[in-house]
Amino acid sequence: MEYTKKVINTFRNPHNYGKMRNPSGIGKVGNPVCGDVLWLYIRVDKKEVIKDVKFETFGCVAAISTSSVITDLAKGKSIKKALEITKEDVVDSLGGLPNIKLHCSVLAIEALHKAIEDYKKCKK
Amino acid sequence: MKRIYFDYASTTPLDKRVKKEMDKCVFGNTMSLHSFGQEAKRVLEASREKVAGLINAKPNEIIFTSSATESNNLALKGLAFKKKKGSIVISAIEHPSILESAKWLSSQGFVIKKAKVDKYGKLDISDIEKLIEEDTFLVSIIHASNEVGTIQDIEKIRNICKKAYVHIDASQSFGKIPIDVKKLGVDLLTASSHKMYGPKGVALLYIREGLAIEPLLHGGGQEQGLRSSTINLPAIAGFAKACQIAKEEMQEESARLRKLRDRLAKGVLRIKGSYLNGHPKDRLANNAHFRFDFIEGESLVVQLDLAGIACSTGSACSSIKLEPSHVLLALGLKPEQAHGSLRVSLGKETTEKDIDYFLLVLPKIINQLRLISPFKWNTQKK
Repeated sequence: MEYTKKVINTFRNPHNYGKMRNPSGIGKVGNPVCGDVLWLYIRVDKKEVIKDVKFETFGCVAAISTSSVITDLAKGKSIKKALEITKEDVVDSLGGLPNIKLHCSVLAIEALHKAIEDYKKCKK
Repeated sequence: MKRIYFDYASTTPLDKRVKKEMDKCVFGNTMSLHSFGQEAKRVLEASREKVAGLINAKPNEIIFTSSATESNNLALKGLAFKKKKGSIVISAIEHPSILESAKWLSSQGFVIKKAKVDKYGKLDISDIEKLIEEDTFLVSIIHASNEVGTIQDIEKIRNICKKAYVHIDASQSFGKIPIDVKKLGVDLLTASSHKMYGPKGVALLYIREGLAIEPLLHGGGQEQGLRSSTINLPAIAGFAKACQIAKEEMQEESARLRKLRDRLAKGVLRIKGSYLNGHPKDRLANNAHFRFDFIEGESLVVQLDLAGIACSTGSACSSIKLEPSHVLLALGLKPEQAHGSLRVSLGKETTEKDIDYFLLVLPKIINQLRLISPFKWNTQKK
């Protein structure tokens, strides 16, 4: 499996990992049977801006590095803007992913969407 | 950075003495009548004798091939083409070259049955007995598992096979443990050179005298007509040298590796949530195979590689198919457990210092990956 330098560096030093206390929303995606599980926590302020993001991931190098990237991309964005982040944005931030690992970028986007959905539900 | 190679089950470096032997090898074509050809022919036959000597075979029972994959294909298809119909019993933990050959033969009308293994990877003898029927012409078993290192009781299996021929894939065991084909009573045996410090591109199929199979390659009639192709003499001469070295050094080296492996396993199993895969005793001396709770194998292997240590994993994420190792699943592990597996295989260049460095680095890496993992001790029991 050939990963880019950016993937390896991100994997070595992932940003924003760990549990978040009292998050505004949680997105849990993936399945341990398939080998990828990603939990994404967001904290949203009154202006609907994502102030903080954290992740916990069980998975391969690609799963961990895409998790880290999605937290960086979403942090500081309004939830409206955050929903516009695409899997291509995630892959580009890493300088590319091996073809068979592209699904990991989809997983990261799904987790963010789920966390935002969860936030909206809790708000109601 | 110092690099440590712990993946000898995957392939081994060339022994310097083997390289020397290959360098001085003659170039002639063994089929030529002139002196260059005859010189080559003599080297070929002397090599065959050395290789046969390692497993107590007769030289004319050894066919040189290009790889263990080719030998496994030749054993299964060569015998199947001869028999034309019937069934074959294999185990659930075979190498892909057996599994895929068997699968293809089943598409050609042969019946393939798979025998189960227990949680240590040992074959269930009574299950094989049940699977063997009147039309079973071949039982093909991996002698020592390439993943978990478990060694099968071939003599016991031979005894229940009655009329069926027995093939063993000894790619991992050949040159590591004593093998006597006459004592084991096997009819066919696959062995590979690059797993025992010989060159890549050469392997063998032992075919018991008197057993007839069909060739896969037709042509100039080399290797008793069973494997036409110009003889790859330097590789074969190297393979023979590797066999000679193995014969002389196997016992001592295997005792040394067992000691190192046991030290390594003891250290690793001190880590919370770590388990040994494979048989506690009946396993290759150089093989250790573990699984760890809450982390995934590819991440672990890449982290170890970044620390200079080369290992391998049976995790789905590291394979092209994105499926966990069929061997680990056959042992009864759940897919999520198979994901957290790590194979450490030692060899000639492994030192005690390497083991200690590994034991220093591994717990840190596991801790780091567990910090990132959503699964923790309070959510799952050990």
